Amino acid sequence: MATVDQAVGWRGRLEEWLRERISVAVSEVTAATALAVLFIALSLASPYFLTADNLFNIGSQTAVIAIIAVAQTMVIITKGIDLSVGSVAALAGVAGAMVVRDLGFSVWEASAVAVAVGAAAGLVNGLLVSFARLPPFIATLGMMSAGRGLVFIVTGAVGVYSLPESFQLLGNGVIAGVPFTIVVTAAVALAVGGLLSQSRFGQHVYAMGSNLEAARRSGIPVRRNLTAVYVLAGMLVGLGGVIAASRVNSGQPNYGIGLELDVIAAAVIGGASLFGGQGRIVGTLIGAFLIALVRNGSVLLGINIHYQQLIVGLIIWAAVYFDQFRRRRLESRG
Amino acid sequence: MSGEPVLEARGIVKRFGHVAALSGAHLTVHHGEVVALIGDNGAGKSTLIKVLSGVHPPDEGEIRLGGRAVAFSSPVDARRAGVETVYQDLAVADDLSVAANLYLGREIKRRGPLGRIGLLDKRAMRRGAAEALEQLGVRIPRVTTPISMLSGGQRQSVAVARAVVWATDVVILDEPTAALGVVQTRRVLELVERVRDAGMSVVLVSHNMPQVLEVADRVEVMRLGRRTARFAAAEATTDDLVAAMTGALTTESLD
Repeated sequence: MATVDQAVGWRGRLEEWLRERISVAVSEVTAATALAVLFIALSLASPYFLTADNLFNIGSQTAVIAIIAVAQTMVIITKGIDLSVGSVAALAGVAGAMVVRDLGFSVWEASAVAVAVGAAAGLVNGLLVSFARLPPFIATLGMMSAGRGLVFIVTGAVGVYSLPESFQLLGNGVIAGVPFTIVVTAAVALAVGGLLSQSRFGQHVYAMGSNLEAARRSGIPVRRNLTAVYVLAGMLVGLGGVIAASRVNSGQPNYGIGLELDVIAAAVIGGASLFGGQGRIVGTLIGAFLIALVRNGSVLLGINIHYQQLIVGLIIWAAVYFDQFRRRRLESRG
Repeated sequence: MSGEPVLEARGIVKRFGHVAALSGAHLTVHHGEVVALIGDNGAGKSTLIKVLSGVHPPDEGEIRLGGRAVAFSSPVDARRAGVETVYQDLAVADDLSVAANLYLGREIKRRGPLGRIGLLDKRAMRRGAAEALEQLGVRIPRVTTPISMLSGGQRQSVAVARAVVWATDVVILDEPTAALGVVQTRRVLELVERVRDAGMSVVLVSHNMPQVLEVADRVEVMRLGRRTARFAAAEATTDDLVAAMTGALTTESLD
């Protein structure tokens, strides 16, 4: 009898464990499946899809979305949202282009400048959220407008052109056959993924998003940490912005309008919860790839850009609805 | 119950604007006893708890820990001094695992340079959490389970266990069974008894008179921001407690 009981207990425990793992990764698995389906469908539907040029293009397009979506994910985990990513990316990209054109900076120095610009914008967002206690939606909505205003002011609403070829290295360069952008994205994903899942700081980020009061009472310096999250996110947005500028070898003041939707969609598709406390970089990468494929596929299949907007909108609804559904089900179990 | 009280509040006054939530409240907790703190709604129980756990600084009065006067300017201060509190709203992070919650704010880092850059020793925390829960007789599926997947009673047990693991002297429980069913309540009360048997002192805020008389060693009654009565649980009846809560009975001199 005892052995039978043990067997049941063992199997029951395995089942419980599996159910737990699946419910943690369910968004990621769903998104990955959708991604695979879309990838196969596009390779069948368009003869250009699987060409080296197109894949390279998707790679670097994914890279910018992915890096900025990683930033967005960090913010979303804290129960925040960053609407300013498009404006800040444009500001950082333009700043990078301008220091190359006007001061003769190298592409690496320009990247550092862009990252610093992003960090500064992130610092403002972070201070507004954690010290002025503005809701993240409002704080970053303000930055979205202010940043866009600033980029138009400094450029006079004209793109920054006549940059040396070398500026393209970041966005279009190749290392050992791999697009440079992919290498950068992988490094960013590994670093932030490790930070979130393995470090004390990352643990506190999840805790703050899950229950801010509990985090505070546990002695976690929530304001400082929250500010740090926005600064880090801003740095990544700055990096994404300068990569985008490098890809087109110019600084575009119009860049990134509507980008926040793509990256929020990428994060949410990948399992980040707008209710805070959940989200993983793996999922966000899948989400970013999916969004990039939707964009790329639409172009290949000659789908009107306005339909692309429509599709992204539908995806956001579906992903958030799914997240809510999952949360409710979990809570009703408790 | 001899010697200095482990925790003592003397003449605590706490005002919010013109309202005095506490007007000279006392509380005495001896080593290794469960003290129930009861009182009607608005009697000041929760405010007193919050003063003792460092959430609100008192306007007047003194808190003594092991005979020495202390001043807590934050919950972290109180926790460092060995007083752990489980609040009514639990204060656990639902999305984190049981182990992560037990170690929240006190994570174990890896040894060596990896630890210095802030990397966690998750294995050590899992092991520590499993051991602590085992010792306290708290049964949950696994320490890696997110809190959101636990039942109400399991969550409450985890919250209590977290307080117990880190407390050195006193655990304060604010209405720990208010939201629980019969079986889950039983589990939590058993946990309270085990904590006491381990030599810790427990302050139990409760509305449930039979429960109070069952699990507590002593009962202190608050009314209108003060302590109005004290009983040994073994000698008191539910009627005594109700009489004290409504003001029909006092055992304290209210000068």
